[in-house]
Amino acid sequence: MKIDLMKNDTYSESQLTGLVILRILIGWHFLYEGISKIINPYWSSAAYLLDSKWVLSSLAKSIVANSTILGFTDFINMWGLTLVGLSLLLGIFSRYGALFGMGFVLLYYLFAPPFIGLEYSRPGEGSYMLVNKNLIEAFALYVLYLFPSSQFIGLDRLILSSELNSLGDK
Amino acid sequence: MNQENKGSNADLLNRREILKGLATIPVLGLFFIKLWQKLRLDKLKKSNLLQDLISDNKAPSIIKEIGNSDHLRVGVVGYGGRGGHLTRGLGFATPGWTSSASERAKKNKLDKAFETFMSQTDLNCSLVGVCDLFDVRAELGIEASKNEVRSGGKAKETAVRYKHYTDLVTSKDIDAVIIATPDHWHSRVAIAAAKAGKHVYCEKGLTRTFDETIELYDTVKETGITFQLGHQNRQVEAYEQAKKIINQGLLGPVNLVQLTTNRNSPGGAWVWGIDPKGNSKTIDWETFQEPSPNKIPFGEEALRRFFRWRCWYDYGTGLSGDLFSHDFDQINQIMGLGIPKYASSSGGIYYYKDGRDVPDVWNATLEYPDKDLTVLYSATLSSLNSRGNRIMGHDATMQIGGESNSGALGGFIVKADPYSTRYKDRIEKGVINSKYPIYSYAPGSKQIDGITSATSQYFANKGLLYTYRDGKRVDSTHLHVKDWLDSIRSKTLPTCNIEEALHEGVTCHMATESYLQGRRIEWDPVNRILI
Repeated sequence: MKIDLMKNDTYSESQLTGLVILRILIGWHFLYEGISKIINPYWSSAAYLLDSKWVLSSLAKSIVANSTILGFTDFINMWGLTLVGLSLLLGIFSRYGALFGMGFVLLYYLFAPPFIGLEYSRPGEGSYMLVNKNLIEAFALYVLYLFPSSQFIGLDRLILSSELNSLGDK
Repeated sequence: MNQENKGSNADLLNRREILKGLATIPVLGLFFIKLWQKLRLDKLKKSNLLQDLISDNKAPSIIKEIGNSDHLRVGVVGYGGRGGHLTRGLGFATPGWTSSASERAKKNKLDKAFETFMSQTDLNCSLVGVCDLFDVRAELGIEASKNEVRSGGKAKETAVRYKHYTDLVTSKDIDAVIIATPDHWHSRVAIAAAKAGKHVYCEKGLTRTFDETIELYDTVKETGITFQLGHQNRQVEAYEQAKKIINQGLLGPVNLVQLTTNRNSPGGAWVWGIDPKGNSKTIDWETFQEPSPNKIPFGEEALRRFFRWRCWYDYGTGLSGDLFSHDFDQINQIMGLGIPKYASSSGGIYYYKDGRDVPDVWNATLEYPDKDLTVLYSATLSSLNSRGNRIMGHDATMQIGGESNSGALGGFIVKADPYSTRYKDRIEKGVINSKYPIYSYAPGSKQIDGITSATSQYFANKGLLYTYRDGKRVDSTHLHVKDWLDSIRSKTLPTCNIEEALHEGVTCHMATESYLQGRRIEWDPVNRILI
C-alpha cells in the first residue's frame, strides 16, 4: 500500500521528466547564486538592499545600518541559496527546498518590485513591468512544491524507501 | 530456482530504485566541473595583470604608534568651515556639531559621521589657541576646545583667543599651528610660525602667489620645522595601491593624464552663506584685506568677499588653488611627477556672473617633455557630468573616481587597451577583454555610508572625505593631521611635506599665471623663476 506512494501513477513519463528538468534548472540557478556569493569575499547584500524601493525599503535600510544584522543577512543568503540549490538539484527534502526557495525569490521581488514609477539605480537585465523573473521563479517553485518529483527521481526516493523498509521490517 | 529468480528480481528492483534516487547526481558533478572551469578562467584573468597586487590587497594598518607621544598644544589660525573640519580631525568638534551629528545618526542610520568622529584615535593633544577675524567663528573654536564629547574625553588644556596671528604663533604656550585661513594669509602666517619654531599644518592651495611659495619653501627649509600641506588625499589607501600599479609599469608608457573637476551647485562654486552676524563690529575687515592687492571699504561687497573669498584673485586663485591643487597632488602622489616644464591655461566666467573675477570654467595643460607626458586638467562649475581622472597608458588606462566608482568611494579601475602591445596575446586569446576592468579597487565595498550633498559626494569620490583602513571608514583629514603630529614627535617627514608642497605651489601658480597673462609659462628650476 505504502509502496504505491513511490509508484509513479501520478504523472505520465513526460510530465515527470518536465518537472524534474524544471527542478534541476532552478536548483542549478540557486546553487550557483549561493556558491558565487560564498567564494566572493567582497559580496554583500548591502548594495541590493540600499536600492530597495516600496514597503520594505525602510526595513532594508535598517538591515544595512546594523553590521551584525547585515552580516547575518549575508550569511542566510549565501548558505540559504546554496542549500536550496542542493535540495532541488539532488532531490532531497525538495518540497521544503521549493518552499524556502520561493520565500527567497519572493522577498527579492518585494524588496525591489518592478512597479511603474519605481526607479532603480542598478541596471536591470531585462524589461519588466510588474512581472519579473523573480516572480516567475517564485511561482515555478510553487508549482514544484505542488507537484513534487523527488520521491520519484532524487534522493528523497531512497530516503522514503529506507523508511518504508524499516517500517516493513517491523 | 523460483526463489533465486525472485531474489534477482528484487535486486534489480532495488538497483532501479537506487538509480532513480541518484539520477540527478551526475548533474551535480557537471555543476562542479563547470564551476571549477569558471573559477580557473577567473583566476587566469586576474593573474594576467595584477596577481601580486591582489594578494597584497590589504589596507595599510591605520595606527603606526609613535613611541614618543608627548602631549602637543595646537593653535588654529582661521576657524572657518575648513578650520572646523581640521580641528575635528584633531579631536575637537563644536558642541553644535556633535549634537547635530548624533541627531542625524539617530534619524538616518547610514549617517556615520558621528560614529567616525567618536572612534578616531585620541591624538594626545589640546587645542589651546584660536585666531579668527570673525568673532562668531573664534568663539566656536574656543567652544570646540572645551567639548568633552570626543574619543579622548576631557582635554588637558582648553583654548584662549588670540586677536592677531602674530600673538598666537609666537606664544610660548603653543607647539604647533594649523593654518586654515583664506590663501592670501597662508604664507605670512606660516613663515611667522616657522620663524617662531612652530610646526605648521597649512591648508592648500599653498599660497596666493608664486613668490610667496618660494619664500615659504626657503623658510621651512631653513627653520627645519615639520611642515604638512593639507592634501588629505595622501592618506587614501587607493592611491597607494594605484602607485604600485604605475610603478610596475602595468599601464605601459603613459603619455596623457586627464584630470577633471565637475561641480554644479552654488555651494560647489563658492557661493557660500553670508553669516547674518557678520558686520563691521564682528569682522576685522581691515586686517583681512591687508595682504590683498586691491582694497575696498567695509560694506556689502566686503561681506560677500569675506564669506565667499574664493571667488576673487585678491584672496585666492579660484579653481587652481582650490581644486586643481587636489587633483595635481593626487597625480603627483601616484606618479611622482614634480613640477612641469611648461603650463598653459584658459577659461572664463561663463556661468556665475556674480561679480567674481576667477573663472568658473578653466582648463590647464602641463607639459613634461622629459617624461614624454602631458597632463590635462579640465574643470567646470556648471555641470555634474563626473568624468573622473584617467591615467592613459598604451597598454591600459586607470580611471580614478567618476564613472569608475560604481558606488564605492575613492576607488579606481584599470582597463586594458584593445591595441595594447603588452596584453596583445591575452586579448587575442580572449583571456583579457578590454571592455571589462582587469583590476578594480573598491575600498570598504562592504561598508555603506549615507553621504548626501552633491559637494560631499564630489569630495568623497575623490577620496577627500573618507578613506578606509582594514575596511573601516576613517576621516582622511584625521589621518592627515595625525600623520603631521606623528612626524613632529618622531622627527620624520610627513607625507605631504614641503617638497611636495613646492611641486603643488609652483605648478598651480604656473597655471594661474598663464591664465592671467594669456601666455605659456615656463619653469626655470635652476634660478627658481617663472619665464
